[in-house]
Amino acid sequence: MDLRPGADSCYKCTSCDTSCPVAEVDDSFPGPKFQGPEQWRLKRKEDTEIDESITGCSNCMRCDGACPSDVPLSQMHNTARGEYVDNQMDKLSREYLRNRILANYGTLAGIGSKVPRLTNAIMGNSLVQKLNEKLLGITAERDFPEFADQTFRSWWKQRGGPNVESDEKRIAYFHGDYANYNTVEVAKALVRVYEAFGYEILVPDQRCSGTPMFANGMLDDARRSAAVNVENLGDAIEQGYDVVASCTSCSMALRQEYPELFDFEGTETVAANTYDALEYLLINENVIDPLSEVDAADHDIPDFAYHAPCHSRNQGLDRQAVELFRHLDGVDVADVGDSCSGISGTYGWKEEKYEYSMEIGEEMFEHMEHAEGETGMTECPTCSMQMEHGTGYEIDHPLQVLESALVDTDVEI
Amino acid sequence: MAIESAVVVVGGGLAGATAALSAAREGAHVHLVSANESTLRQASGLIDALGYPVADAGREGDDNDGDGGNGVAADSGPLADPFAGVDDLPADHPYRLIGADALREGLSLFDDTVGDLYRGGHTDRNALVATTSGRAKPTARYPRSMAPGLVSDERPTLLVGFEAATDFDAPLAAERLSAAGVPFDVTGATIAFPGEYRADAAVTRLAHALERDEDAGDGRTTRQRLADRVRPHLDDAERVGFPAILGDSHVEEVRADLSERLGVEVFEVPTGPPSLPGIRLSDRLFEALDDAGVSMTTGTPVVDFEPEEDGAGGDRIDRVFIDRNGARIPYAAEQFVLATGGLVGKGLDSDRERATEAVFGCHVPQPDDRMEWSEGGAFADHAFARFGVRIDERGRPLAADGTPEFENLSAAGGVVGGADVAREKSASGVSLATGLVAGRTAAEEV
Repeated sequence: MDLRPGADSCYKCTSCDTSCPVAEVDDSFPGPKFQGPEQWRLKRKEDTEIDESITGCSNCMRCDGACPSDVPLSQMHNTARGEYVDNQMDKLSREYLRNRILANYGTLAGIGSKVPRLTNAIMGNSLVQKLNEKLLGITAERDFPEFADQTFRSWWKQRGGPNVESDEKRIAYFHGDYANYNTVEVAKALVRVYEAFGYEILVPDQRCSGTPMFANGMLDDARRSAAVNVENLGDAIEQGYDVVASCTSCSMALRQEYPELFDFEGTETVAANTYDALEYLLINENVIDPLSEVDAADHDIPDFAYHAPCHSRNQGLDRQAVELFRHLDGVDVADVGDSCSGISGTYGWKEEKYEYSMEIGEEMFEHMEHAEGETGMTECPTCSMQMEHGTGYEIDHPLQVLESALVDTDVEI
Repeated sequence: MAIESAVVVVGGGLAGATAALSAAREGAHVHLVSANESTLRQASGLIDALGYPVADAGREGDDNDGDGGNGVAADSGPLADPFAGVDDLPADHPYRLIGADALREGLSLFDDTVGDLYRGGHTDRNALVATTSGRAKPTARYPRSMAPGLVSDERPTLLVGFEAATDFDAPLAAERLSAAGVPFDVTGATIAFPGEYRADAAVTRLAHALERDEDAGDGRTTRQRLADRVRPHLDDAERVGFPAILGDSHVEEVRADLSERLGVEVFEVPTGPPSLPGIRLSDRLFEALDDAGVSMTTGTPVVDFEPEEDGAGGDRIDRVFIDRNGARIPYAAEQFVLATGGLVGKGLDSDRERATEAVFGCHVPQPDDRMEWSEGGAFADHAFARFGVRIDERGRPLAADGTPEFENLSAAGGVVGGADVAREKSASGVSLATGLVAGRTAAEEV
């Protein structure tokens, strides 16, 4: 992939390095400017290998937003990391095995969720956690996310699919693995909110968006997933559906990483017709008026400490929840600052990164403690894990707050 | 449908932020849309209004020889009072078009917004701030952290640079200031930043180490060890200047602590990007925007617009579209403000033939012969430096025939032409003055 024009646009202002949460805490990590344009130029030379520090990048993609010159930094990082894993990484190493397992979380989750209670018991066992750390390098400090008793897809099937039919208002829901296997309540909230606004919902067959695979340089795995997603979502778009995702890393992958890394037919169409769930409602529906009718105190809606995930920030979506819920009386939604949560998907699950991950998150934890609310709010499932891990707070998704305010009340939409 | 508000401001630099605050103050609901993180983060944090009267001189045919490369004609020193220089500016300079009062009000809006973070509002006169290259820059407002370093102050001075922060060669800067005839003794020293850091550690990393006063080894903290290393160089100095990396949001605490440890007043010297004073200013302004109820979308460029369907001749803008990784998101409003920057900020596009305004295609006056765009010499009187839309007294960009391009569009900042901000040292003032007027015009029509 010729990224030379992008590399040439870099004038070394180092804004990207300033915004990099990893470089902030990890002195061995040379930062996005090196990993992007500089490494790209270096590796043009024969006999020059990719510097292994590329594996230190957590793929938060903040450098993209910081760059005043539109250098495609994360695309450079993704391609360099992919090349490093393909050509230089020992496929029998513990690190490769561990990263492959973490990157393909959905595959394991598919098996584990068949017997959720048993899996939860095993994964929650501290001996198993220690073994994971010793054998695989997966930190024992974190609690493995619990599987729901019933997956979202199974609930959807049992329910008989959509309750609303419409020719005009149609969305295809990209739930991703996490809302399917773990936070099923988020996916259900999406369904209830969107149906309340009169949308017919399609839940197409899908695989992981690929975010954890990009982050670990497993581009072949990501390509296989992306092929399935682009085909199925493309079909839905042809039938008049817009694609909506509840996880901002999923929407980021469909919108930015797919077109940057792959050239399946329809990739651009999928990118151009994919939206974040809250964003789509704000564009197409009057959410504010009904929300303004509700008094949160009457419905046990608490105050929130809101954290904008890096991947929502990169899409320019970091303010939407805070600004929307200003219209909800009796609820204080405090933005807990612009720092990264530190977990960055699989990054914070790696034994050697755990401490860095917590150090990056420190600022967010402090801001959460200082905020009025003792419930957290964020769109990203792993940020949510980190928020809970660092503060003990329960964390909601903005869709769940909308569900409480608009669906569980008798307000007219 | 679309994301709706009364006013949409396109651009998140100083001009965009000022326009948004100005409109919000008049009671309008504003949505600010910015392509990237605010460019303020790359700016020095100094707020200049009008530093040199060179623009007019250059236009009358002065060749500006002997300007020493800093854009100043040998016989025209810095302006003591920026307002006194406004009447001498060319007739199509934005200050002349919207009036010196707009500059005054813009500065006043700025003062109200930044509060005790800044100094200089007590007088109309320019202050002279020493820069990292050892020059004295005339500026209307300056961060409080730079106040003890003013060139008009006669106390003997020590400048301290860090080996890791190569932007600031303190001995060289001291030498240059001396050569420029500043009224005080100044020496420079380069020391190693205390603690274990990479040779090219990010300045933000060093700033945070100072702010948190991290353990820097030997049972001493960063600030303690820094003071220890500076002390042997103090001699008779009564003030010490560091590059502007003394902490992020708690710079005053760091400065007070270091001043106490050294027994002399400590100040910051403005640095190039990434700039902590720029980041602090950006944070303060965006906090103020949040408090004023302004909605904000950053990281997504405006790529297109749509005129009102029933607009007679299509002279009203109905909505703009941002590009969110391929998806076009509509932002509808009654009034729009264009604050996208100039050639560097990408508010103006140019190719081999023409320079054009990037979003709405507004008229940009320019010589037809491209050879006339520039002159010989880096800081000569280049036509391109004045490129931009021309505005009326209410900040509305004008078409070639002198009528407003759109009934509901005003413009502010670098996209507005007529000023050579690099030579005049007027970039911030133009942004504040035009931002104030553009925001107010937008709010009046809502």
